[in-house]
Amino acid sequence: MKENKNKYQTRREFVRNAGKIILIAPLLSIPVFLARKTSAKGYVWQIDPFKCTQCGQCKTKCIKTPSAVKCTHAYVVCGYCDLCGAYLRQGIKTTGTGAEREQCPTGAIRRRYVEEPYFEYTINTNLCDACGKCVKGCNDFGNGSMYLQIHQDLCDNCNDCSIARNCPSQAISRVPSDHQYIPKDKKNSITQTPKP
Amino acid sequence: MKKKYIPYIIMLLLICWHTVLYAQDRFPRPEFESGYAYPTDQLALQRAQGWQYVDVAVLILALSAATWLAIYKRSREGLVWLSVFSLAYFGFYREGCICAVGSVQNVALALFNNGYSIPLTALLFFIIPLLFALAFGRVFCTGVCPFGAIQELTGFMPVKLPKTVESIMAAVPFIYLAAAVLFAATGNQFIICRYDPFVGIFRLNAPYTMVIFGALLLLAGIFINRPYCRYLCPYGVLLNVFSRFAGKHLSITPAECTECRLCEESCPYDAILPPVTQTGGEGYVKSRRKFMVFILLVPIFTAAGAVVFYNLAPSLASINRDVRLAKEIRNEKVTGVEAVSKAAVAFKEAGKTEKELFAGEIKVIERFRKASPWAGAFLGLSFGISLVSLTTRTSRTGYKPHQGKCYSCGRCFKYCPVGVKK
Repeated sequence: MKENKNKYQTRREFVRNAGKIILIAPLLSIPVFLARKTSAKGYVWQIDPFKCTQCGQCKTKCIKTPSAVKCTHAYVVCGYCDLCGAYLRQGIKTTGTGAEREQCPTGAIRRRYVEEPYFEYTINTNLCDACGKCVKGCNDFGNGSMYLQIHQDLCDNCNDCSIARNCPSQAISRVPSDHQYIPKDKKNSITQTPKP
Repeated sequence: MKKKYIPYIIMLLLICWHTVLYAQDRFPRPEFESGYAYPTDQLALQRAQGWQYVDVAVLILALSAATWLAIYKRSREGLVWLSVFSLAYFGFYREGCICAVGSVQNVALALFNNGYSIPLTALLFFIIPLLFALAFGRVFCTGVCPFGAIQELTGFMPVKLPKTVESIMAAVPFIYLAAAVLFAATGNQFIICRYDPFVGIFRLNAPYTMVIFGALLLLAGIFINRPYCRYLCPYGVLLNVFSRFAGKHLSITPAECTECRLCEESCPYDAILPPVTQTGGEGYVKSRRKFMVFILLVPIFTAAGAVVFYNLAPSLASINRDVRLAKEIRNEKVTGVEAVSKAAVAFKEAGKTEKELFAGEIKVIERFRKASPWAGAFLGLSFGISLVSLTTRTSRTGYKPHQGKCYSCGRCFKYCPVGVKK
């Protein structure tokens, strides 16, 4: 009896060890297969502003409230116009100084007189909620210097970006983390600083 | 350098100069006279990559702590506190992302797509819990996984489900895993992340559907403990398989089992196997015949699964956005109902031709035709093997945990009266 038990135990041990080897082989071969395709840096999500159609879903589809997407301004591309397509609502009757003429629903765009006939437009990112109205206005009637970008210090970097999944023009994709922003100006007036 | 080429070169330079500034350029650039300087906006980066490796280090430490607590120290209390820590760190602090459960998709995406390199941390999150499972059992599930931790907190009144219901619902993780790997490998969607019920709780922010799903699971979890772990978790399929071969798995008794039967009903997950001494007998010949039949059926089920999924490829391909858009545009052409979805509007504005769209759709469906049979074969194989295991009976002395199903939670420890001579 005891001999039978020993035989059975060693048989079971053999199956267990064989199973371990059969399982560990694919598990350890996965890193080998992925050796060339592993990046130590990782990815972040970013909007390609040239594909963006300003559908407005950046505001609603982000899992964060408020959205991690914010409007960014490429100053070197901007025309500094008095009649700004991003700042002013379409169809306003007069150009006074009232808030009703502003396109931005949260009043995040600030307009400042520079010199004749140029006005500087800056975005207060604390107020911007990524609705995209200014971007649409700037693209329709302007140089397209306003564009939406995912602000990486706000973004949670989900494995499956909810906005990316819903973007109708598939403008959001993974970018390597050493180029976290896709600026609209080649001269790159945007500088990147690490989060404190 | 021929002189006649110079005007062409100049023209080329001028054209190239303008294309450097990518914009519609309707309005000319301002020429400032007051000495205005363009502001330089600072845009913040993601938190430094090094922190992700801190997460990996915490993972390894927590897994080692769970191993020590479950197998050597045998302390249920310690495991509970460890799971609270993991819930706090991996759950609420890191907001549940990146997790080992989702990393399966990253590995699938990287293996089958050239444009994506898997981040090293994702790869480590995939491999390390499996290595621990191979050696020590499912210590990940108890001490480290934030989902497990949050479900353990609501498991008060465990109820045993009838065996048929249990075995049908236990098939769902296999289907989930097959679908998740299929959709990730074809580069479409990460469905584990999308349908994650608990991440909304970790983020303290979720669409209402996610909140309802998570709440329902936690409520059900009061009676059917660990519903996600048992009936949904796709990573659990892998952990189940790997854990069966663990040499140093958690044991109910610290020494030899005296078969006192006190631990029989202690496991809320029905993972304790009773001793079996009678392996011969009259039923033996019958079950041997069944065993042979089911073994022979395994390749047939595998092939059947592959064929079924090959035919399901076009419907599975609808997860891809281009395929859905192509269907919508084709529908518009056939029935005349205008396609008004945002994607259709964007497509029409972008100026991509319909021919390109339909060609893209065919490519995606072709890819699914190649990929789905593997998912189907995997499901057929799993089904066949589960039938085979119904006909086998292993002899056992003493009460032992089912190494595939046991989460190493340690609830059974306090029921065992066996003491160890210190």
